[in-house]
Parts: sequence; C-alpha cells; structure tokens
Amino acid sequence: MEQTKYLVVGSSHAALEALTAIRMHDPEGSLTMLTRDPHLPYSPTVLPYVVSGRSAPDNVFLRDEKFFAEQKISLKRGKALKALHPARNAAELADGSEIGYEKLLLATGASPAIPPIPGIEQVGYHVLRTLDDATQLNAAMKASKQAVVMGAGLVGMHAAENLVKAGAKVTIVEMARQLTDGYFDATAAALIEKAFTDNGATILTGSRVVKLAPSATGATLTLESGATLEADLLLVATGVRPNMDFLAGDGATVARDKGILVSESMQTSVPNVFAAGDCAQAKSFYSDARVMNAILPDAAEQGRIAGMAMAGDPGIKAYPGGIPVNTYHFFGRHAISVGSSKVPEGGEVVTRFDEASGRYLKVIFHEGRLTGIYGVNEFFDAGVMSQLILRRIDLAPLRERFLAEPMKTAREIMSRTWR
Amino acid sequence: MGAYNTIAFDAAKCDGCGDCMSACANTKVGADDALKEAPLGGTARSRIQIGGTAETGYELALCRQCGDPKCVTVCPAGALGKDLSNGVIGWDAAKCVDCLLCTVGCAYAGIALDEATGRVAKCDMCEGNPSCVKACPHDALKLVTTSRIYNEVGGWEDLFAPGLAGCQGCNTELLMRHTLRRVGPDTVLATPPGCVPGMGSVGFNGTTGTKVPVFHPLLTNTAPMLAGVKRHYKRIGREVTALAIAGDGGASDVGFQSLSGAAERNEQILFMVVDNEGYMNTGMQRSSCTPYGAWTSTTPVGQGAGGVHSQGKTQDAKNLPLIMVNHRCEYVATASTACMEDLYDKLDKAIEASRRGFAYLHVYSPCTTGWRFPTDQNMEVARKAVDTTFVMLWEYTRADGLHFTRPVDDPLPVTEYLKAMGRFRHLSDDQISHIQSKVVENLGFVKQLAHGAKA
Ligand SMILES: Cc1cc2nc3c(=O)[nH]c(=O)nc-3n(C[C@H](O)[C@H](O)[C@H](O)COP(=O)(O)OP(=O)(O)OC[C@H]3O[C@@H](n4cnc5c(N)ncnc54)[C@H](O)[C@@H]3O)c2cc1C
Ligand code: SF4
Ligand code: SF4
Repeated sequence: MEQTKYLVVGSSHAALEALTAIRMHDPEGSLTMLTRDPHLPYSPTVLPYVVSGRSAPDNVFLRDEKFFAEQKISLKRGKALKALHPARNAAELADGSEIGYEKLLLATGASPAIPPIPGIEQVGYHVLRTLDDATQLNAAMKASKQAVVMGAGLVGMHAAENLVKAGAKVTIVEMARQLTDGYFDATAAALIEKAFTDNGATILTGSRVVKLAPSATGATLTLESGATLEADLLLVATGVRPNMDFLAGDGATVARDKGILVSESMQTSVPNVFAAGDCAQAKSFYSDARVMNAILPDAAEQGRIAGMAMAGDPGIKAYPGGIPVNTYHFFGRHAISVGSSKVPEGGEVVTRFDEASGRYLKVIFHEGRLTGIYGVNEFFDAGVMSQLILRRIDLAPLRERFLAEPMKTAREIMSRTWR
Repeated sequence: MGAYNTIAFDAAKCDGCGDCMSACANTKVGADDALKEAPLGGTARSRIQIGGTAETGYELALCRQCGDPKCVTVCPAGALGKDLSNGVIGWDAAKCVDCLLCTVGCAYAGIALDEATGRVAKCDMCEGNPSCVKACPHDALKLVTTSRIYNEVGGWEDLFAPGLAGCQGCNTELLMRHTLRRVGPDTVLATPPGCVPGMGSVGFNGTTGTKVPVFHPLLTNTAPMLAGVKRHYKRIGREVTALAIAGDGGASDVGFQSLSGAAERNEQILFMVVDNEGYMNTGMQRSSCTPYGAWTSTTPVGQGAGGVHSQGKTQDAKNLPLIMVNHRCEYVATASTACMEDLYDKLDKAIEASRRGFAYLHVYSPCTTGWRFPTDQNMEVARKAVDTTFVMLWEYTRADGLHFTRPVDDPLPVTEYLKAMGRFRHLSDDQISHIQSKVVENLGFVKQLAHGAKA
C-alpha cells in the first residue's frame, strides 16, 4: 500500500491553503494531493466567467505542475476517494487502490444538489461546479434561444446574466419569495431583480417546478401554478450538498450532520482526520452552533488552520467562527454583504436608500457593535468590515460617522486598530 | 531574491494635505487636480488613502505588499500574485474577473474598487519609485527597504560553529555571527578573554568554534599580536582580514595601551569592541565603560560592611570610541544591533578601511545576564539606548570628519532606557538626573564635533 505522511483530498481553495500551511512548517514530509477532477487546481468561483467566455478554460489554474514539483507534492488527478478506513488510517480510491496516511484532510467541497422533481432524470440539464460543467454550458449557451435557470442563488444568477448577455430569452424560477435569498435582503434583491428584468430576463419568484418532461425544444417544465415553460437549456442551480459519500461503511465513525463536523482546529471526531471548506460544518461566529458557511474565504481560512493542525504548527490559532460574506457583480453593479442578516435581539437596523443612484445601505448594530452590513452600489471594504465584526469593535462613539461614510470610517478604525 | 521596499507612514508628520493622493491618481489614472473634488475624480481614485482629522490624527489605507497575502489566497482567477523579485503583489487585469473577493480577503483596504472603472485597483509601488512618496511635502511617507540584510546575507555561511554556549538571548552571539559572516572566510580572528571566547569560539577539546583560524591573545596584547599576524600574511603575499572581537574591559582598561599603540602605528586591522559595559564573562565586574549608577558585582547596591551605603558605580563611563577618533584612524564608528543596516554599512566601510590602516568599530551590546533584563528584550533595550541617545551612532573618517548616521530628532527621556533593565532599578532621582544631564552633555559634545566636521 502506498504510504504518505499527509494526504489531502480535493484540489480547490481549502486543499490548496492546507498545502501552503503544511509546507510552511514541514518542507519535507511526504505530501499527496488527491482529486477526482482531471484538471490542475482551479476555483469553482471563476466558472461563471468561463461560461461567459471571459476567462479561457486553460487560463484559470491556480497552480501549475512546477509548483507541485518544487514543493515535493505528489498530485494525483482524476482519482476519487471512494471509502475511508479510519481504524487503519487508509483511504480507498475509486480504482480500488489504497493510500495509507498519517494525517488526512477531507477538502472535498460540495456538488450541486439535484431536487427530486419527477421527470428530472429524463431531461437533459446543466449544473455548474466543475470546469467541465462550465465548458459544456459555454458551448450550449451559444445555441440557446430560451433558457431556464432553476434557483436564484448566486450561481444561478451569474449563469442567468451570462445567458442574457449571450442573447437567450431567460427565465429564472425560484422557490423563495425573493432572489438571492439568504445573501441579500428584500430591498437589495429588488434592485438586483430590476437589473435583470431591465435586461430582458423573466423572474418567477415564489414558484416551484413540480414536473419535468422531455419536449421537442428540450424540456417542458410544469410549475405549481399549472403554467408551463419550454427550455432549450436548463440549468439546475438549486443549492449544493457537501461531498461526503465516502463516509459510508467504515468511514461512518466520522461524525456528520449537514456536513462533516469539525472542531476549532478542523479536527473531525476521528483521530488524524481533518475536514475543511464546503464539506465541513464548523463553528459559527455568532453562536456555538456548527453551521455550513460555504464561501470561498472561509474555505481558505479553514484549510489553512487544518494544514497547521496536521503539521503540528505551534502558531495555530483557533477558528474564530465563520461569518457570511458575499460580493456580487451584476450588470456592472455590485452588491456586498458582510455578516449575519439576522437582527439579534435588542439589535438595531439602519437603512439608507437613494432611489436616484440606486445606492442602498443597511447596517445592523448590536450593543454598539457591528453584526452585519449590506450595500448595493455602495462600496466598502468587506475585509475591513469583517474585522470590525470579528474583533467586536465598539462603534458607539463613531456611529453617526460610520453611517454617513462607512468605508472611510472603517478604514480609519482599521488604521488605528490593527494596522 | 532581491531586497523588498515598502512605503512607511509617519502619522505624526502628516498634515492631511492629500498631495500623495493627487499624485497617485495622476500617475495611475491621469485624474488631475481639477477633478480633485469631483465624484470619483482626483483623490478618490488614488490607491493610497489618507483619512482622519487633525484632532484624531491621520490614518492610512494602503497595500502592505504582504508576505502572506490574503488577497492572493482568495482570488479565484489567479489574477493576483507576489513578484518575488520586488515583493510587489501584482494584479493581472486580463485574468481578473471583477468578483471583488480580494476586498474580502484583505483586512487593510489595500485593494479596493475603483468605481470609475468598476475594477479593483491596488498600489503597485510605481516600479520602485512611488509618486506618493515623492509628492509628500512633509516626509510623512518614506520608501524603506525591508529584509535587505536577510535577502543579502541570509544564504552566506555562518563562520562560527553552531551550539556556542552563550547565555540565552545573548546579543554578543548575534553580533559576532553577523560580523564574521560579513567579514568572510579569508579572516584571522583574535579574541581575548571575554564572552566571545568564553562561549566557546576559541574551541573545546582541540577543535575551534570557528571555521576560520582563531587565536586567544591576552587581554593586554590583542592588537599587537593581531598586527603581527597581519604583517606576516602581508609578507607572504596573502590578503586576509585581521579581525579582533574584544570586550570593552579588555579594550578600555588593561588592553588600552597596546590598542592605542596599534592605532597610532595605523596597523591594517579591524578592531571591533563589543561593549556590554563590564566584565560580564567573569562575573559582571565593572569596567571603565560601565555607566554611572549601574549595578555590577564590584559596584554593588546596599549597605556595605563598612557601613557605607553603595548605589552602583560612582564614575561616568569612558567614551572609548571618541578616544579612538583622536588617533585619527582610517575609520572609527559606533554601532548597535538595534540598527542592523547601519551596522552592516559600517562593517563594509571598516573592512575596506582595514586594508589601508586601522579601523575601529565600537558596538553597544546589551547583556541580558549582567544588565538584568528578560532574555527576549535584547533588541528592545538596544533600541531604547539609541532612542534616548544614551548611545549615539556616528562614524568618523579623516576626510569627512565625524557625523551622525542615525540622528535622533526627538530623544526619549533616558528613564525609558533605564527602566528597561534591573541594573538601574535602585537609582535615586538625583542619580537619574545626573545620567540625563550626562546624556545631554555627551550629545552636545558629539554634536560639536559633528558640526565642526561640516564647517
Ligand atoms: C458558480 C459558483 C460561483 C461561486 N461564487 C462564489 C463567490 O462569489 N464568493 C464565494 O465566496 N464563494 C463562491 N462560490 C463558492 C466557492 O467556490 C466555494 O465555497 C469554494 O470553492 C469551496 O472550496 P472547497 O475547497 O471547500 O471545495 P470545492 O471548491 O468544492 O472543491 C472540492 C474539491 O474536492 C474534489 N473532490 C470532491 N469529491 C472528491 C472525492 N470523492 N475524491 C477526490 N476529490 C474529490 C473536487 O474535485 C475539488 O477539487 C461559488 C461557487 C460556484 C460553483
Ligand atoms: S491587498 Fe491587502 S492582503 Fe493583498 S498584499 Fe495588499 S495589504 Fe496584503
Ligand atoms: S476582483 Fe479580480 S483580483 Fe480581486 S479576487 Fe476577483 S478576480 Fe481576483
């Protein structure tokens, strides 16, 4: 059986940061990266731009072969983890071979969740999570005249914008009452919706697809209301589910809930096994509950911590808990959200909306501290705002200035406090 | 890997004029002053942002060209990366997909949206010659070189053996390792009794603690022995650096006569004195370089047997480097490990001068054991000595006279230095004011010499 000191499964953000952290502390220990993807490492987040054609599919890689050679990392592409045998520290691959490890990181991320709608397996549909998904969608998009996007999360919205710009008639179907539910509030969502409808998209919120059937065009979708839609291109973007199927059988000793449960150092319930990124369920910043916070910056941070823990780096700091952060560009505008959209008990919400410029700002305070800030066309530094929240900085003395000029005031506090 | 430069900001000198921002916007996007107040014109598009007010102080948002850049970590497009030749975090406009995730990663507002273009923008250091620095009328922005020494000498061989038995946190060990690394392998080293041989550099069991020839002269004859060795090498036609690393006791007390003689004869040697202000190796006795008021084992504190209360040393320290200036050597300088770049500059000059004649380098070296401060405080104590002008950093050549290499604009009160260590803990107010007045007097004296040099 092949043996490696560190085995990292996955080749995206969480996994790459773990490599960096491990090599920072242990430049020599044998290190193997395993990924089921056939390509060099890339980010799912860049895929909408591969779909649109803006990024060439061979120009999005985050590391090259030289990096792996220099860092003495054995990269195994196109090799999937099939089962885990934690009792004997072994990983079983889809091809039947096994790799023994001293420390294992599961950074397997997530895959599109396919809703169990009758008929869905009979129709052809696209998803968007891998580079191959993106090149296929890019090819299909060019021929599309009428496309339907199921799900108005950021993945669906990005794709819908691309389809609109490619000249298709686009309908977005969303179960929730508003677009980008969970990312942005109703006011922001309305601004986003307007940008889409202005550009010719049709948006059906509060609508559920109940049936799918093949048709001459491609697929016929039947909505709860009884109405039907024809699609020559169907994109399913109704959310994601973490990749952890390999934890059946022997691997079932690794505790799971919605994702793989991890401690503040990304350790699972089983010795020598760590998890980070979209597949992991880690501490929230706002409570002791463990949550899924499937965003890129968190995947990177968790991966860094996991790598440090695996290598025994004494500089490790406990994970402070994740906060949701999203940046979203649409039709030349941008929306940014930092922190929790929930207003805590005793919390205070201040909103400012200038209809003429479409500038929208919403700030949530609790006991003088920032817990969330949202903007549409109102730029502020999300990284600085995150720090204000994570450091629980008292903004009471600067409240008015902060509301008037959030970006400028936050930068001043940054410069004074942690520069 | 080359040296990295960064832009340093001195908030105390900034008056918020905004000239740096105009200069940046002009250079990068050609937005001119007329647009200064216009939305998204002028200063709004600068990559350096000054905030704050006169009352609260001025603040800065600017990319720090991080060593561990979070913007790079979170960029999904591989559009950001560190250029290892100059340390700059570069942005690839063609690869960037405008997702703004870098503004999430960066906690310093170092990369931000330029609303006029809808794209992110960050400082690129203007190819090593930043417009903002040139534009600042108040010297509040400075281009400083970081890690220069590490980049340059980090890969060179340490010519002392590993595992020398210095005290934990010993400044002298740091200093001598740097020095020999710089002076190089073609060196003969003389090191008289003191901490340097005491920690094993002259060897154990028949092997030396150095990778160059080393010998152990007496306290009294270091300079002439070394001068003789140098002359021998000259006679056989071999170019070597003759280096002495001696303690302050050996140099300023019993070894002074022979040191002075060698300087007077202008022997071609480099004489470095490691001044830890006492005979620390043998049990912390006072030397003529021990400062007034300091506790040592021979200038104790407390009720003496004869009923005479003792409060540390009762005489002021001898200023050995100034005495060496009066030998009109090829080169004389003072240095401190608090200012390594300055030290390295002086080492270079001293090595060079020693090819022509006598070069003397006096390095102030805090002693954790003898001065009684925690072992991790060495640099802090060294820095305080410089910042209070308790020690002064200057150099002298016959051609240019004496001048300060690190003038201190606003010296801290000497108490900042005194309270950093235990050997001054007992001082009375009178003693402290004596020390403070000596610091002022010494500074004035050296200033006079420096002034005279310029005239
Ligand atoms: C279209 C799109 C847009 C997005 N936009 C944003 C955004 O704007 N901002 C944001 O913060 N986040 C965004 N995200 C989410 C972000 O990409 C993820 O949070 C992030 O990629 C998570 O990183 P990860 O390393 O945990 O997992 P992933 O990126 O999902 O990577 C998982 C890795 O594991 C490998 N793998 C999976 N299963 C196995 C197995 N069994 N064996 C071997 N290898 C396996 C995969 O091949 C892959 O390499 C977006 C996602 C998508 C799809
Ligand atoms: S943009 Fe921010 S994170 Fe990136 S190098 Fe500059 S300061 Fe560091
Ligand atoms: S905005 Fe550009 S540089 Fe910044 S993270 Fe996105 S792709 Fe990278």
